[in-house]
Amino acid sequence: MPGFNIVAREDFSDVSFLLEVLHPQLAQAAQPGQFVIVMLHDHGERIPLTIADFDRDRGTITLVIQAVGKTTRQMQQQCRVGTDLHAVVGPMGIPSHVGRAKKVVCIGGGLGVAPVFPQARAYAQAGAHVIAVLGFRNRDLVFWKDRFAAVCDEVQICTDDGSAGVKGQVTTGLAQVLAAHPDVDEVVAIGPPVMMKACAEATRGKGIKTVVSLNPVMVDGTGMCGGCRVKIGTGIKFACVDGPDFDAHAVDFDDLMARLGRYRPTEQAALRKFDDACRLHRLAGDADAQ
Amino acid sequence: MAAKKRTIRTIPQARTPMREQPPLERAHNFKEVALGYSPAEALVEADRCLQCPDEPCVRGCPVGIDIPAFIAKITEKHYRGAYEVITDTNLLPSVCGRVCPQESQCEGVCTVGDTLEPVAIGRLERFVGDMAIDQKWVNRPYIEKNGLRVGIIGSGPAGMACAADMAKAGCEVIVYEAFQEPGGVLKYGIPDFRLPNDVVDVEIDKLRQLGVAFECNTLVGRLFTIEQMLTQMGFHAVFIGTGAGYPSFMGIPGESLNGVLSANELLTRCNLMHGRDFPDFDTPLQPGKRVAVIGAGNTAMDALRVSLRLGADQVVCLYRRSRSEAPARAEEIHHAEQEGVEFHWLTNPVEVLGDSGKRVRAIRCQKMELGEADSSGRRRPLPIAGSEFEVECDSVVYAIGTNANPIIGQTARLKLDKRGYIETDAKLATSMAGVYAGGDIVTGAATVIEAMGAGRKAAREMKSYLGLRDTMAVYEPEVAHAARRFGFAPEEHGYSRVRVASSSSP
Repeated sequence: MPGFNIVAREDFSDVSFLLEVLHPQLAQAAQPGQFVIVMLHDHGERIPLTIADFDRDRGTITLVIQAVGKTTRQMQQQCRVGTDLHAVVGPMGIPSHVGRAKKVVCIGGGLGVAPVFPQARAYAQAGAHVIAVLGFRNRDLVFWKDRFAAVCDEVQICTDDGSAGVKGQVTTGLAQVLAAHPDVDEVVAIGPPVMMKACAEATRGKGIKTVVSLNPVMVDGTGMCGGCRVKIGTGIKFACVDGPDFDAHAVDFDDLMARLGRYRPTEQAALRKFDDACRLHRLAGDADAQ
Repeated sequence: MAAKKRTIRTIPQARTPMREQPPLERAHNFKEVALGYSPAEALVEADRCLQCPDEPCVRGCPVGIDIPAFIAKITEKHYRGAYEVITDTNLLPSVCGRVCPQESQCEGVCTVGDTLEPVAIGRLERFVGDMAIDQKWVNRPYIEKNGLRVGIIGSGPAGMACAADMAKAGCEVIVYEAFQEPGGVLKYGIPDFRLPNDVVDVEIDKLRQLGVAFECNTLVGRLFTIEQMLTQMGFHAVFIGTGAGYPSFMGIPGESLNGVLSANELLTRCNLMHGRDFPDFDTPLQPGKRVAVIGAGNTAMDALRVSLRLGADQVVCLYRRSRSEAPARAEEIHHAEQEGVEFHWLTNPVEVLGDSGKRVRAIRCQKMELGEADSSGRRRPLPIAGSEFEVECDSVVYAIGTNANPIIGQTARLKLDKRGYIETDAKLATSMAGVYAGGDIVTGAATVIEAMGAGRKAAREMKSYLGLRDTMAVYEPEVAHAARRFGFAPEEHGYSRVRVASSSSP
């Protein structure tokens, strides 16, 4: 059975990399804020990945992946130009709502940098003044600065160690932007839950509409398992079909973070087993070479 | 020589038992529980059918299979003939024979069942279906292509049944499935020990042989819309069979604790994603050692018995009504009891309790008693004050019902009812011309056979819409039974061989 072909790959660091996947129909349909579910091989698990970019002319979608668990590490090893993904389904989720905001801050923290790009571009195309605040650990991990600069009016880089841009996390950058621009209408924040929570607190009570893209554990992505359920206000929503965008001020981030860890024992065991297998493989390779 | 006259006293009195895996052994494997009839056993059971003139079984079947006819074929050892009779109406005898709730359908009204145990119609259907698979019988009718394109959304039982009929009518049929494998609830929901996925794959293959194309990894509504299917992709008619998989939760405190999940999530991880074979398969499962399942429908029974097989030491069912109101198939409750599931009837959960690590440690419940009947006709459960107690567990599985899948409703301008299901008229037509819908997405969660019946009914209406000949119509004038004299139709009453005896003649 033919899979979904990888036509480009770029490595940003030893943990994050970019894959461009050929899927003309998906590229045609993809909208900012949507995601896909991917299976690497037929024994694989289903994982959600935000669509970081789509090229309707080339017929490709772009995924930026952080190798943190067994599946993403295996993808980092095996996905090269010319190889296939076993399953790619989407675009999933309700597309981001790009309203009539005049000044928007798009915040991407770490693995959230790539997913916020389509939204930044969409706001810019809709005529808003877009300020991007992008957070990385250090200058060696910075990527897509030029891509954002091409569509945004301002780009503010933040690094934990201060080696590039502002020293601090994206919340530091956000505080500076809000201080300099009291007329910000909307904030979009994507990144680790603890970061999105901090951004929500930074804008609470200031009349700034704040949207986050939630990343719970998913299985089907089509609304039939409830694994991705999140607490929004007093109710429960499924991130895959009711989101993934939600009003940040209504999200229960603590609940999201607690539930994100529910399969951690299994995930850690799988990663250990994978690392062991890789090590043995390498040793065997060295032994063969000698 | 005249056939032996069959009466209630001359037929085998006892229902032929079906060999099953012993309960304690099968509670640790995913192989089939019920092992099927041998030909000898099937013949004995088929002999129990009285071939009664009333035929209540046919009326009891949601799709009206000609049950006496296929049983007669079995008696004649014309097994292929039996398969032909069944598949005239029901595409998947191997599936329905295993999962239909026969006790409330055909077997529930069987004439023999008035006096003895009813004829095991379901087991006979399964026998025929399995023989067809074993012997690789394929009914490949002559199909004349008509150049019309039909799209089916969802590869579950409703979509499969509709696809078969439209393919036989000569249409080009494409079935779209969001998952990476077709089959729908037959694959991800019903576990292998009830319905092996291999059986489902064989049936899907038969559809491919009829010319049906399956495109997986396709999320209709998002990848392309139904409107696009009709206006840009060249489809002339569309059938929606997307199901009602959106699981319900209770909204009680503690539902967010780690270890609480819906039965759909548990079953999908275990069945479709082979989580039980971790780490050969990557999907995590983390089954509990003491599992509490809320609900007593078929999904709950599946969740309970799957948990046993995943290595739980204790599996408990919590249901707010009593055993007789439990919606699950009788055989499943019986099998679950045999396998060691503990049932707490008239028990309603009120709070899930966690430990310091936010993991489930127990579930607090209260006892219920049954009051007056509510709008569904079932007696309403009422809490008994002061009856609260805790059940220790490390996993809580919700199997209390589902809602409509929202994606088609979000992405198509179709009229929905107030609960989010697709509104259709009596002919299963939606508010969009050329678009039909059937199965759980219209009725709410129901059975496989009802979904298949809806798929076939929609196919009939779609053929009418497309201007194709209706092959299901029987072109015989309807004559009421009472109008017949000794079996002769009214137009033959004048003939010399028919005279109505007057009451005054000697």
